[in-house]
Amino acid sequence: MSTAQLGTPSPPPSPAATQRGEGALPAATTRGGASAPLRVALIGNPNTGKSTLFNALTGMRQKVGNYSGVTVDRVEGRYRSASGRSVVVLDLPGAYSLSASSPDEEIALGVLTGQAAGVAPPDVVVVVVDAQNLERNLFLASQVLELGHPVVIALNQVDAAAAAGLHIDHVELTLELGVPVVPTVATKREGLNVLQRAIEQAPELPLPERGFVLPAEAASALVPVEARLTAAGLHPSAAAMEALRLLAVGLEGGHLQRVTGLADEVQRASAALEAAGLHPRSLEAELRYGWIAQVVERTTQRRGAHGKTLTDRVDAVVLHRVWGPLLFLALMALVFQAIFSWAEPLMALIEGGFSSLGQALAAVLPAGDLRSLLVDGVIAGVGSVLVFLPQIAILFLFLGFLEDSGYMARAAFIMDRFMRIVGLHGRSFIPLLSGYACAVPGIMATRTIENPKDRLATIMVLPLMSCSARIPVYTLLIGTFIPPLAVAGIFDLQGVTLLAMYLLGTVTALAVAALFKKTLLRGRARPMIMELPPYRVPSLRGLALSVSHRASLFLRKAGTIILAASIVLWALATYPKSEPSPTLSEEAAQEQQLERSALGRMGQVIEPLVRPLGYDWKIGVSIVSSFAAREVFVSTMGTIYGVGAADEGSTALREKLRGERDPATGSLVYTPLLAVGLMVFYVYALMCMSTVAVVVRETGGGKTGLKWATFQMAYMLALAYGAALLVYQGGRLLGLG
Amino acid sequence: MARRLSDLTPGERGRVVSLGGDPDAARRLMDLGLIRGTAVEVIRRAPLGDPLEVRLRGFMLTLRQAEAEHIAIEE
Repeated sequence: MSTAQLGTPSPPPSPAATQRGEGALPAATTRGGASAPLRVALIGNPNTGKSTLFNALTGMRQKVGNYSGVTVDRVEGRYRSASGRSVVVLDLPGAYSLSASSPDEEIALGVLTGQAAGVAPPDVVVVVVDAQNLERNLFLASQVLELGHPVVIALNQVDAAAAAGLHIDHVELTLELGVPVVPTVATKREGLNVLQRAIEQAPELPLPERGFVLPAEAASALVPVEARLTAAGLHPSAAAMEALRLLAVGLEGGHLQRVTGLADEVQRASAALEAAGLHPRSLEAELRYGWIAQVVERTTQRRGAHGKTLTDRVDAVVLHRVWGPLLFLALMALVFQAIFSWAEPLMALIEGGFSSLGQALAAVLPAGDLRSLLVDGVIAGVGSVLVFLPQIAILFLFLGFLEDSGYMARAAFIMDRFMRIVGLHGRSFIPLLSGYACAVPGIMATRTIENPKDRLATIMVLPLMSCSARIPVYTLLIGTFIPPLAVAGIFDLQGVTLLAMYLLGTVTALAVAALFKKTLLRGRARPMIMELPPYRVPSLRGLALSVSHRASLFLRKAGTIILAASIVLWALATYPKSEPSPTLSEEAAQEQQLERSALGRMGQVIEPLVRPLGYDWKIGVSIVSSFAAREVFVSTMGTIYGVGAADEGSTALREKLRGERDPATGSLVYTPLLAVGLMVFYVYALMCMSTVAVVVRETGGGKTGLKWATFQMAYMLALAYGAALLVYQGGRLLGLG
Repeated sequence: MARRLSDLTPGERGRVVSLGGDPDAARRLMDLGLIRGTAVEVIRRAPLGDPLEVRLRGFMLTLRQAEAEHIAIEE
C-alpha cells in the first residue's frame, strides 16, 4: 500500500484474498512474484515489547495513520531483508485475544481475517510472545495459529525471563506449535537476524494447525457453523477458530454479521453443547488454556524459588494506601506544571518567530490584500497551529513515559473509584487533567480509554476544563473590573474570582460527563479489567517516535482545517473594504475597517441576541472573532476600541473599557457583573477551532466526527449563553448591576 | 461454603470455581486465563478501597469489586 493512502478509505481487499484455500501456493508467489514486498503483521499482548520489536525491525522509517472509520493508530514500517527482499511491517494494536472486545482488538481481528477496509491481509503474521508470561501470551498465539496464515513466534524478553528463573526451550516450543519460534530481546536487538530469516521463509512452510481436539459433542455441534463460514469464504482452519470464538462472544457488532444464517446456527450449536453438559461460553478459554498448560509443562523449566520481584517492591510504595495517592498527586502536579509553564517559553518563541516572519514579509511586500492575506491570514494561521506543538510534545512525552514505564495502569487503578462517581473509568482522569493546559492534547490523549462511550463522554466534556488560552480573557476582565479587595483576610477577590472560574469549569465538566453517561452515552458498565504490567525503563527512541507520531497526526489533519478557518476569518475581517479618510489615525482606520467588515456586521447582526447578556455589538464582534482561539478576544477588543495591538495587560485598553458608555443611554457599558457574566460565557463556550478540528478527527472523522463536534459546540454554546444570562439578569434582579 | 473473590483479604489465595455476571467481563477474564481451576491471590485493594489487584498465572490483574463478586472461589 502506498503511504499516500494512509488514513483514507481505500478499496476493500478482494474476497479472494481472504480465502487462501488449502494447497494454495505460498502467498509471496501468488502476489506478483519476488519483487512484491512481503507483508508482515505484528501482533501481541500489550506490554510484550511488541512496539520495541517493531521499532528495532523497521528503524525510524515509519508511517502513522488511521484505520478508516476508527481512531486506532495504524503504524507501518519497512525494512530490507539480508537477501534484498522488501518487507512491509504493520504494527497491529496490542490485543489479549481475538475476542474483539475493544476497538483495538476488533482492528487486529479485522486485519488478520482480511475484513479491515483498506488493509490487505498479511503474508506472514508475527506473534510477539512475552517469555515472562508464556501462558497468557499463548492464548492469543493459539487463536492466530488457526487463521490460515504462515506464523512466526517472536519469543521476546527471554533475558528477563531467564533472570526470573524461567527457561523456555524454543526448539521444543517450535515442535509443539508447528511454527518457528525465535528467541529475541528487542531492547538489545538480539535475535533480529534470525527473526527476519524466519519471516522470509515462513510462507514456504506448511500452515499451522489447531493443537487440541474438541470434545466429540462440540465438534459435531459446530459443523454447521463452520460450514456457513467456509461457504462465506473463510479458510477452513479460520472457520473452525471463528466458530469456537462465536460460542463465547456471539455475533453482536462483529465482522461476521453479514454471513447469512450464522446467528441461528451459533444459537443451535450453543443449545446442543448445553444439552451435552458443556459450557459454550467458557469452552474456548478452557480448551485453549488446557492445551497451553501442557505446552508450558513440556517447554518450560522454572529454576530457583521466586521471591518478591522488583515490581512487587515498587508497587508496595506506588500503590500504598497513603504514599500511592501522594505520589500520584506529585506526578500530576509535575505533568501539569510541565505543560503549563515549560511549554510557555517554546510557545513564546514560536509566536515571536511567526510575528517576526510576518513583519519581515510585510516589510518587503507592497501593502495590499496579498500582503494582508499572507501576513494576517496564512502566517498568523499557521502560527496559531504550530503554537500548540510544544504542549502536545511535552504532554505526550510524559504520557509516553508513564505508559511505557507501566505507571499509567497504576494511575487508573488509583483513580478508578473517584472517576466512577461520574460514571467514567480511571483512564479518563489524565486526559481531563491535561485539559487545564490545553484541550487539544487532552483530547488526543483519550485514545488510551478503551471503552468508546467513556472516551466520547470524556472528549465531549474536556473543553470545559479551563485551558491556558482562557487566561488572557480572564486576566483582562478580572484586572479591569474586579477590585483587588481582601476576602476573609488572606485572599484577594481577583484570585478568588479566577479560582471560581476554574472550579465552575471543572464541576460542570464532571456533572455533564455524568449526565451524558446516564443519557446519550448510556451503556452497560464496562469492566475495569486491566493488567498491571511489570515496570520497565522506557526507551528514548520509543518515546521520541510516539511524540513525533502525535505531532504529525495533529499537524496533518488538524493543521489543514485550522489553516482554512484562519483564512476564512481573515477574509471576514478584511472584506468588504472601507476607504478610511486620510485624517484618521492608523488605529482609528483599523477600528473603522473592522466595524464595516463582514465580521463587524455579523457582530451588529447578533447584537439583539447578546443584548440580554448586557453586551453591545463590539463585544459581539470580539466573541465571533475569538472562535479562532479564545485569546483573539483580547486583540480584537484592542482593535475595536482603537488602541491598536493590545494584550491582556494593556493599560490603554483597560482605561478605554472602564470608560466606555452606551451611545444611546450614556450609561457605562461595562460593570463588574457584566465582566463576570462574560467570563462565565468563556468558561463554557467552545471558542477554539483547533479543538473543533481535533474533536472531528478523534470522534471518527467525516460525518460522524462533524456530528459530534457540532453537538459539542451547540451544547457548550447553550450552556454559555444560559449561564451568562443567568448571571447578568439574575445579578441585576438582585441589584448587583 | 464457597466464597467470592471479593471476600478475600489481601494475601489470601484460592481457586476459581465459577464465573458469572456480565458476559463481556467474564469473557475478558477468561481470555486472560481466569477460568475454572485457576489459582488466584488477592494482592491489595486500591487506596479508595476499589478496585482490587489479583495475581494469576504469574501476572497482575485489576478488577472492580462488582466484578469480583461474581467469581466463586474455593480454598
